[in-house]
Amino acid sequence: MGLFYTFNFYLFGVLAIISAVTFVTRRSPVAAALWLVNTMFCLAALYVMMDAQFIGAIQVLVYAGAIMVVFLFVVMLLNLGHASDVTDVMSGKTRLAAAIAGLLFLAELFVLWKDDAPVPIAPPVEPAESGVIAQVAAPLFRDYLLAFEITSVLLLAAIVGAVVLAKRKTT
Amino acid sequence: MIQEALFFSAVLFIIGVVGVLTRRNAIIIFMCVELMLNAVNLSFVALSRLYGIAGQVFVIFVMTVAAAEAAVGLAIIISIFRHHENVDLRNINLLRG
Amino acid sequence: MLLQEVAAAGAHPLSGTVATWMWLLPLLPLAGFVLNGALALAATYRRGPSDPTVHADHTHGAGHDTGHAGTAHPDHDTAHHAPTRHRYAGLVSIIGPAVLFAAFGLALSIFGAMTRVDHLEQPFVQRYFTWMATGDLRIDAAFQLDQLSMIMVLVITGVGALIHLFSIGYMRDDPGYPRFFAYLNLFVFFMLVLVLGASYPVMFIGWEGVGLCSYLLIGFWFSDTANADAGKKAFIVNRIGDFGFLIAMFLLYAHIASLDFVGISQRAADLAPGIVTAICLFLFLGCAGKSAQIPLYVWLPDAMAGPTPVSALIHAATMVTAGVYLVARSAVLFALSPVASLTVAVVGALTALLAATIGLKQWDIKRVLAYSTVSQLGYMFVGVGVGAYTAGIFHLVTHAFFKALLFLGSGSVIFAMHRAYHATHSHADAQDMRNMGGLRRYLPWTFALMWIATLAIAGIPLFSGFFSKDEILAGVFARAGHSTLADVSWFGIPGNVLLYAIYGIGLFTALLTAIYMTRMMLYTFHGPNRTGETERSHLAEAPWVMTLPLVVLGVLSAIGGWLNIPELMRFLGPPQWLHHWLDPVVGAPALAVTGGAPVHLTHQTEYMLIGAAVVIAVAGILFAVARLKPARLVPKAQAVPERGFARVLANKWYVDELYDRSVVRPLVGGSRRLLWTVTDKWLIDGLLVNGSARLTGFFGRIGSYWQTGNVSTYAWAIVIGVLVVLGAFTLR
Repeated sequence: MGLFYTFNFYLFGVLAIISAVTFVTRRSPVAAALWLVNTMFCLAALYVMMDAQFIGAIQVLVYAGAIMVVFLFVVMLLNLGHASDVTDVMSGKTRLAAAIAGLLFLAELFVLWKDDAPVPIAPPVEPAESGVIAQVAAPLFRDYLLAFEITSVLLLAAIVGAVVLAKRKTT
Repeated sequence: MIQEALFFSAVLFIIGVVGVLTRRNAIIIFMCVELMLNAVNLSFVALSRLYGIAGQVFVIFVMTVAAAEAAVGLAIIISIFRHHENVDLRNINLLRG
Repeated sequence: MLLQEVAAAGAHPLSGTVATWMWLLPLLPLAGFVLNGALALAATYRRGPSDPTVHADHTHGAGHDTGHAGTAHPDHDTAHHAPTRHRYAGLVSIIGPAVLFAAFGLALSIFGAMTRVDHLEQPFVQRYFTWMATGDLRIDAAFQLDQLSMIMVLVITGVGALIHLFSIGYMRDDPGYPRFFAYLNLFVFFMLVLVLGASYPVMFIGWEGVGLCSYLLIGFWFSDTANADAGKKAFIVNRIGDFGFLIAMFLLYAHIASLDFVGISQRAADLAPGIVTAICLFLFLGCAGKSAQIPLYVWLPDAMAGPTPVSALIHAATMVTAGVYLVARSAVLFALSPVASLTVAVVGALTALLAATIGLKQWDIKRVLAYSTVSQLGYMFVGVGVGAYTAGIFHLVTHAFFKALLFLGSGSVIFAMHRAYHATHSHADAQDMRNMGGLRRYLPWTFALMWIATLAIAGIPLFSGFFSKDEILAGVFARAGHSTLADVSWFGIPGNVLLYAIYGIGLFTALLTAIYMTRMMLYTFHGPNRTGETERSHLAEAPWVMTLPLVVLGVLSAIGGWLNIPELMRFLGPPQWLHHWLDPVVGAPALAVTGGAPVHLTHQTEYMLIGAAVVIAVAGILFAVARLKPARLVPKAQAVPERGFARVLANKWYVDELYDRSVVRPLVGGSRRLLWTVTDKWLIDGLLVNGSARLTGFFGRIGSYWQTGNVSTYAWAIVIGVLVVLGAFTLR
C-alpha cells in the first residue's frame, strides 16, 4: 500500500461523505440528486481501489448512470426542480432528534465495532484477480443461479408494476 | 483499508437515515434510501476482501433490487403527484389506522 | 388370533351350508331401511317440509291429549273421514315387512342347517374385514353364529316380521309412514348386529344402534314435547348403562387383551377373581340400562310414548332383552364370579317385585304392560343371575311371544278406541282403561288372544309362560340348595338365604303378576262399557292385517312352552329341547355355577314347586276376579284420585320424583349456578371471551394511535427499534 493509494482512498472516502452531507442538505431536488451522483462516483472509485473493478464499473453504469437518471427524469417530469415554496424540511425539534439518533447510532456502531472487529473466515482473495468479471460471474451463475433467475422475475414484476402504477387512468 | 471503508460506510448510512428522518419530499427520501443502500454495498465490498467473492455477488443483487425499487417507487410517486399535485409526505396518510 | 384360527380352519361343519349367508340377515333390514328412508326423504322433497297436509296432520295428532294412537287425522272440516295415506304407503308396506320375512326365512333355513349338524360345539365365526388394528388390539368386523344367537335371530326376525305386518294397519294413516318403517328396519338391523356380533365391540355397535332407534321411535311423534322428552330420557338413562359396558370392555382388554367371545372363553380363567367381578358388575350396569332394571328402569314406562308396535318390538320383545342376552353371552365370566351373579339375581328379583307392585295401580293399558315387562325382565335376570342361563333365555323367548301379543293386542284396543273417539271428535284418553270396559263384545279376537297371553304370563299350566317361569323358580330353588352361589356371602348375607329369599320374591311377584294382568283384562274387556254412548257404535275389530299377527302370536304363546318341557313332564313331548340346544354355549358355565354336576331336584320337590306356582297363579287370578268390580269403575274424567298406599303405587313409588330431587335437580341447579352462571357466563363469556376481546381492543387502539399512515412515523419507529436492539448488544 503506497502512500498515494492511501491518500486517494481517504480522499474519495471523505469526498463521498462531504457529497452525502451536501446532498441531504440541498433544498432543490435536482441539486440533491447531482450531489448523490457525486457520492456514487466516489464510491465507485473506492470499489475499484478495493479490487472490485466490476462492481465499480456497474456502480457508475447502473447507479449513477441509470437509476439516478430516472430520479432526475421524474423530478423534471413533475416539475419539482426548484426548491418548494413550503419548506420540505421537518421542524427544528425533529432535526435535533434526528441528529441525536444519528449520533447515537454511530456511537453504538463504534462500540460494537471495537468489541467484534471483523475476522477473516476465508483466505483473503488474491488481490489482482478478485474483482475481475470471471471471479464474480462464477459464483453468480453457479452457486446463486436460482437467486439470479428469481431476480429476473423481480425485474419483470417491477416493470409491469411501474407501467400499471404510472399509467394515466383514462376514465 | 477495510476498517476505513467500514467507517465510511457507517457514516454514509447514518447520513441517509438522518435524511429520511428530516426531509418531507418523497423523492429526496427515496434518494436517501438509495444512499443507505450504497453504504451497505460499500461494506459488502469491503468485507468481501476478508470473506470471499460472495459479498460482491450480493452487491449485484442489491443493485438489481434497487433498480426494481426505483422503478416501482417512482411510479408510485408519479401517481401520488397526479393526485395531490405535490409529493409532500404529510399528505400521504392513506394507511392511517 | 383366535378368530382367524376358527375361521381359517374351514372344517367347521356349518361352512358350505346356508349359514355362510348369515351376513345377509342384518343386511336385508338395512336395505329396507335405505329404501324406506329414501322414500321418506323423497316424499319430503317432493311435498316440501312445510307441506300443509303434513303439517295439519301433525299438529292435530299432537293436539290430542295422548296423541299415541297412531292414526293420523284428515282435516276435520271435511265431511267424511277419508284417510290421507302417504304417497309411498303402498311401496313401503311391501318393502318394510318383506325384508323381515325374507330375513326370517333365511334364519329358518340357517336354523335347519344347524339342526342337521350333529355336534356343533364351536361357534361359526365369519370375518369380514379388520375394523380396528392398533398395537396388539385387533378387532374384526365378524359375525358369530351359535345356538344362542340363532335363537335370538329367530325371535327377532320372527316376532319382528309379525310386528311389521301389524304396523301396516296400525300406522296406516300416519304422515310419517315410510319414516316409521325405515326406523323399524334399522332397528332390526342393529338388533341382529347385536346378537350376531362376534366380539364385544361389534355387539356394542348393535347395542348403541338399537338405543338410537329406540330413541328415534319413542319420539316418533316428536311434535309432542312429552314424547320427545320420553325419548331423551330413554337415551340419557341408557348412556349410564353404556358407560358400564364400555368400562367392562376396557377392563377385559386391559387384563386379557381379547374382546372376541371365542378368545374370552379361552382366557377367562386367567382373570383374577376381583377383576371378573368388576367386569361382570360393569356389564350388568349396561344390562340394567338397556333392560330396564333397578336403578335404571325408569325410562321404559315412559318409552310407551312411542307407537304401540314399537313398544311391542323394541320395548318388550327384543331390545330390552338384550341385557339378558348379554349376561347369557358372558356366562363364562359370570360363572366365575358368584358375587356378581348374585347381584344380578337380587337386582332382578327386586325389579320384578317393584315393577309388579306399580303395575297393580296403573290405569294406562300400555303402562301396565310396561311395568309388566320390567317385572318379567327381572325374572329373566333372576334366571341368568343364578346360572340358569337356559331358563333365562327360555323366558326371554316365551316372553317375546306373549308380551308382543299383549302389546299388539293393546295396540288393537287403542286403535279401536282411537277410531271411535276420532269419529266422534272426542278428546278422551284412548289408552286409559277407565274409558274401556266390555270390549269383548266389540273386539272378540283381540279379547280371546289377549286372554291367552294373560294366562301365559300368569303361569297357568301348559301355556308358555308357565314352563319358563317355573323353570326359573325351580332353578333358583335348586341352586339355593347346592351351588357356588349358595356358598358365598353377599354383603354379609349367606348366599343360600339370599337365594331362598329370591325364590320367595319370585313367587310373590308371580302372584302380583296374575293379579295385575287379570285386573287389566277385567277392566278392558269385561263389565259394562265406559267409552261413551255415541262412541260405542264405532268400536270394531281391526283389519285382518293387524289381527293375523295376533293369531300367530297367540298360537306361539300357547305352545311356546314346548321348547323346553321339563324332564318331569316328558309325556308332553321331547323334554329339554332348548336346554340341549343351548348346551354348547352356556352348558359349561351353568355347570360351573352348580359345582360341576347338573342341578338335581327330587321329583317330589319338583312337583311341590310346580304346585306352588300353579296355586299362586290361580289364586292371583281368582283374587283379582273376586275383588275387582269393573262395574263400579267410572270413566277417567269422573275418577277420584287414589288414597293411601294405592296412591303411592299409582305414583310408581315416587321413584321418578326421587330421581328428580336427588339427581336431576341438583344436576340442573348445579349446572345452572356453577357451570352456567359462574363458569360459562362469568368466566368463559365474561373473562375469557369478552375479556380477551377487550384486551385486544385496548392494544388495537394503542396500535392504531401509532398507525398514523405517515411514513416518518414508521421511519422513526424503525430507527428507534434498531437503536434499542443495537444498544442491547452494546450492553451485553
